[in-house]
Amino acid sequence: MKGPPTTVRTTYREALREALREALKRDERVFLMGEDVARYGGSYAVSKGLAAEFGEERIRDTPLSEAAFVGAGIGAALNGMLPIVEVMTCNFSLLALDQIVNNAATLRHMSGGQFSVPLVIRMATGAGRQLAAQHSHSFEGWYAHVPGIRIVTPATLEDARGMLWTALMDPDPVVMFENALLYNLEGELAADAGAVDIDRAAVRRSGDAVTLVTYGGSLGKTLQAAERLAADGIGAEVIDLRTLRPLDMPAILASLAKTRRAVIVDEGWKSGGIAAEIMARIMEQAFYELDAPIARVCSAEVPIPYPKHLEDAAIPQVAGIVEAARRVVSGHA
Amino acid sequence: MTLDRALALDLLKQMLRIRRFEEKCAELYGAGRIRGFLHLYIGEEAVAAGAMRAFGPEDAILATYREHGHALARGIPASAVMAEMYGKAEGCSRGRGGSMHLFDASTRFYGGNAIVGGGLPLAAGFALADKMMRRPRVTACFFGEGAVAEGEFHESLNLASLWKVPALFLCENNLYAMGTALERSEADTDLCEKARSYRMEARSVDGMDVVAVMEATQSAAAEVRAGGGPQFIEFRTYRFRAHSMFDPELYRTKAEVERWKQHCPILTFTARLRSRGLLDDAGLAKIEDEVAAEIAEAVAYAEAGTWEPVENLARDVYTARAA
Repeated sequence: MKGPPTTVRTTYREALREALREALKRDERVFLMGEDVARYGGSYAVSKGLAAEFGEERIRDTPLSEAAFVGAGIGAALNGMLPIVEVMTCNFSLLALDQIVNNAATLRHMSGGQFSVPLVIRMATGAGRQLAAQHSHSFEGWYAHVPGIRIVTPATLEDARGMLWTALMDPDPVVMFENALLYNLEGELAADAGAVDIDRAAVRRSGDAVTLVTYGGSLGKTLQAAERLAADGIGAEVIDLRTLRPLDMPAILASLAKTRRAVIVDEGWKSGGIAAEIMARIMEQAFYELDAPIARVCSAEVPIPYPKHLEDAAIPQVAGIVEAARRVVSGHA
Repeated sequence: MTLDRALALDLLKQMLRIRRFEEKCAELYGAGRIRGFLHLYIGEEAVAAGAMRAFGPEDAILATYREHGHALARGIPASAVMAEMYGKAEGCSRGRGGSMHLFDASTRFYGGNAIVGGGLPLAAGFALADKMMRRPRVTACFFGEGAVAEGEFHESLNLASLWKVPALFLCENNLYAMGTALERSEADTDLCEKARSYRMEARSVDGMDVVAVMEATQSAAAEVRAGGGPQFIEFRTYRFRAHSMFDPELYRTKAEVERWKQHCPILTFTARLRSRGLLDDAGLAKIEDEVAAEIAEAVAYAEAGTWEPVENLARDVYTARAA
């Protein structure tokens, strides 16, 4: 007799859908709303089939009014629900910034701890699909600037499957950034995969020569870079931040204590970005442990352009990560 | 209509509580006891006092940064509101919010939103939750006519009407968004028309008449509660004081303000009660004495209140997690 399979072949998209399905089954307070999540099936097909399974009351198409439906998610959360709000891309979420920053992030503190906003806002982020400057940006670093919200960036099948439930159970608002290039990521996932923590960074590859700190859509490129570095005899440790707010600094510092060198890979812009924040904290907390200046591989300071060669040049690539790591390791940063 | 005497006297008392409370706040602001922004509701008391009669304890109330009156009428103790004005830890928001951000979970008072229009999307969501959970509740959302120019107003009214959620949108039209007159900001100054364009029942009410406010709100709230979908009420009212304590009032004439003061909701209602034999000098004095005592007690409570320890600064940014 053949036993039950221990892993299943799946994709990031399907893992997210399974997470949604599980949440909808487990708790009647859970519902999903956003543009085209029901009949269209989600602009990235994440919620495909869910309306048929759970009905259009709980898989709820909204008008194109980000401020209203994100704010409605906040209101529903305050009034006892566990809403999941999908915003088509993080670029569109700027239309709902008022609600996210002025309401979701502030209400607990401003009310003296009386109210919680147990809301999850999901949005696609990132470049790489030739969608130009209004559909390609990475605003997770911006959002990570704001106290009162949690920022999570699932980069693996396990996290796509497991972060949602934990985020929903968190009494505070969580914004989940899904890099759009990851939706087709395919691989093996444990058949019994479920909720995962959203507090800690993960070491995705061990090494002792240099720490590569990254998250989200850049994780795959960074792991490829580490592979190339290994061929040169350079052991790179890859840290997947998983959560950008709060940052798991102990994990970064523990790795640095071993490698004494770091490169930060972030698809956001350098200026005022999350990579800058991580560098600053390392300076504050581990300056004397460093053997070389820290390097950053970020997006060029331009609106993401349409043509492929320019888009490729604008965002972090494997070659650039390898080059930065070599410089840091050789001491010629 | 015949007006029940006890109800009438209580409506008057609620308006007087708000008036005297805010007069005291203005005085305390001058004395430096209250800081920050202070937006007085004086002149508009009939709206909060009358409208709040329509809601039960299970309903949710959302308001703006000019919400002292709503908080008092909803039943948050004057002492907790005054302590909040001071920024004391005994305030209804633990002092974190101040004048513009009054919150109180026990009376389901959700503040205290100082972004014009920012509370309307929340109200749509509150009402959506009640509809999804089949709860016969109403969400009351107060806002000023300035919010009508914001996209969030239009998005929220559309969403609420599209989904037929039990929300009641209560627009306090005091004619000025800070210093900008309605006709200088709206191509169409008929606010009810805007609500009707979203297929929402809308009515305009004399916001200086506490009984008219009460009756209109009760009628609308009953229909909303019965599942008839959201409604909109415009209360035509007027702010007697400046927008905030920093406003030199260059945008309107003293004569205009004086004309509106002739319609003072407290003066006109007092006269009406006297003419009907429901109130005499002694009766009015008794109410004023009770209100004065309540406010004196509130001030004493706020004065005696404590400052939240600085060590608590970062408390409640996030929910504390079990270790």
